[in-house]
Amino acid sequence: MPALPAHRHFPSASTGIAALRHAHPGAQTLGRKAQQMINRRSWISRLAMFAAVATAGLALASLPARAADEAPDQFIGRLSTDTLDAIKSDKGIAAGDMGRVIALVDSKIMPNVNFARMTAAAVGPAWRQATPEQQKRLQDEFKTLLVRTYAGALAQVTDQSITVKPLRAQPGDAEVLVRTEVKGKGDPIQLDYRLEKTPGQGSGWKIYNLNVLGVWLVETYRSQFAEQINAKGIDGLIAALADRNAKSAPKKS
Amino acid sequence: MTKPSIPRMFAGGASRLLLLALLAALLAGCASQGPRNPRDPFERYNRSMSRFNEDVDRVLLKPAATAYAQVVPDMVRTGVRNFFANLADLWTAINGGLQLKPQVALDSLARFGVNSTFGLGGLIDVADSMRIDRHREDLGQTLGHWGVPSGPYLVLPILGPSTVRDTAALFVERPSGMVAYIDNEHNRIGLQVLMALEIRANLLRADSVLDGAALDKYSFTRDAFLQRRRSLILDGEDDEPPPDPTTDKK
Repeated sequence: MPALPAHRHFPSASTGIAALRHAHPGAQTLGRKAQQMINRRSWISRLAMFAAVATAGLALASLPARAADEAPDQFIGRLSTDTLDAIKSDKGIAAGDMGRVIALVDSKIMPNVNFARMTAAAVGPAWRQATPEQQKRLQDEFKTLLVRTYAGALAQVTDQSITVKPLRAQPGDAEVLVRTEVKGKGDPIQLDYRLEKTPGQGSGWKIYNLNVLGVWLVETYRSQFAEQINAKGIDGLIAALADRNAKSAPKKS
Repeated sequence: MTKPSIPRMFAGGASRLLLLALLAALLAGCASQGPRNPRDPFERYNRSMSRFNEDVDRVLLKPAATAYAQVVPDMVRTGVRNFFANLADLWTAINGGLQLKPQVALDSLARFGVNSTFGLGGLIDVADSMRIDRHREDLGQTLGHWGVPSGPYLVLPILGPSTVRDTAALFVERPSGMVAYIDNEHNRIGLQVLMALEIRANLLRADSVLDGAALDKYSFTRDAFLQRRRSLILDGEDDEPPPDPTTDKK
């Protein structure tokens, strides 16, 4: 049996909605239709939170990287605050303006993300067989997919705040996990980042994976990407991503 | 506590039938296809069940929930949510106890006590303003906590994503369900329908997000679900990074 966690640092990452899901034991005995819906849908609520928070998460990584000796948890704390402020003060984002969202992502988020590594991890071993051109297209389409998906959630940032939890890492670590909690209405939401120290002076930290409520972003795409690659190769995956993006392009069908 | 009623016995029989049908489908699934994803040997069956569930949602649940959200005022809906969350607190207290987590058990019990009395039977979340933390533990998590493996991924009819372990836990959770102890048949059904509507209504905006995010909705849901369950069992304390095939071999 795996070692059990010694203590809890926070009560529950479930949202008010997700919490309801767990009310289902109370509803088990009858009205199959009713209770069944409950369970099935409750699951979707987690995905919704995942989406919503992943957005916020990516958004949190704002501002260009600063001093090289900044601690990773300080880095995340600074980015979180700054990005939340930027979102709150941008009426275009609140109105769901895709152009504004993309501008925010490009100027604030992307400089702090190793998106090549993120995409590579999601694509898996096939990444190394891809040509540089294919790798670039994969990154572009994947980024578009994430941005489009989460644009709506960004618009809903209002009074949220972020708490960075104490760092559990050695001073020399080149890869660290930074845990945060998003507090707004309802239960706090777990939002963790994996960071890598970028080589060279002054380049600081970059995000290469994101965990919302226990669900890692990269891992959630890995099977889906593998399915496409196994069936139709790298170009098949690029085509599938482009197709998905084209379908979501017109504002909410 | 409850006297067995005919509809309930029927429901029991029906669920047994359902289980049999499920097993048959699983066996058929095994026979017809070699497993590709080790966590999902029943993928074929699971995929068709997911499609069925989506159909049911499209024609029944979603329209009903949409109407519900349009008609019912927000204040009432908050009360509905609180009411069911209060029942869940009691179940969490029991499971917290089973997992030897005194903090969880005590918090949840306190929440249930405070909200059931001062919160008018759970309609108002007084415990929240008293800063008593809310936890969520179910029987599947309790089993996982004590080392029971999740087993393969399993999509249940209408209920949706689950695992073999969590499905087994469901059969125990059913009779323990709190709403089940309401003797009046009409009230009980009414409450369960209400609960379903409230939960579904909360997810109306989530649909389009999921549609836009996934290349393959089925794998997306499965992979996120399995990770989420695991995280719940570990109470979010899982420090291990997920394996990263590309960077390992740089």
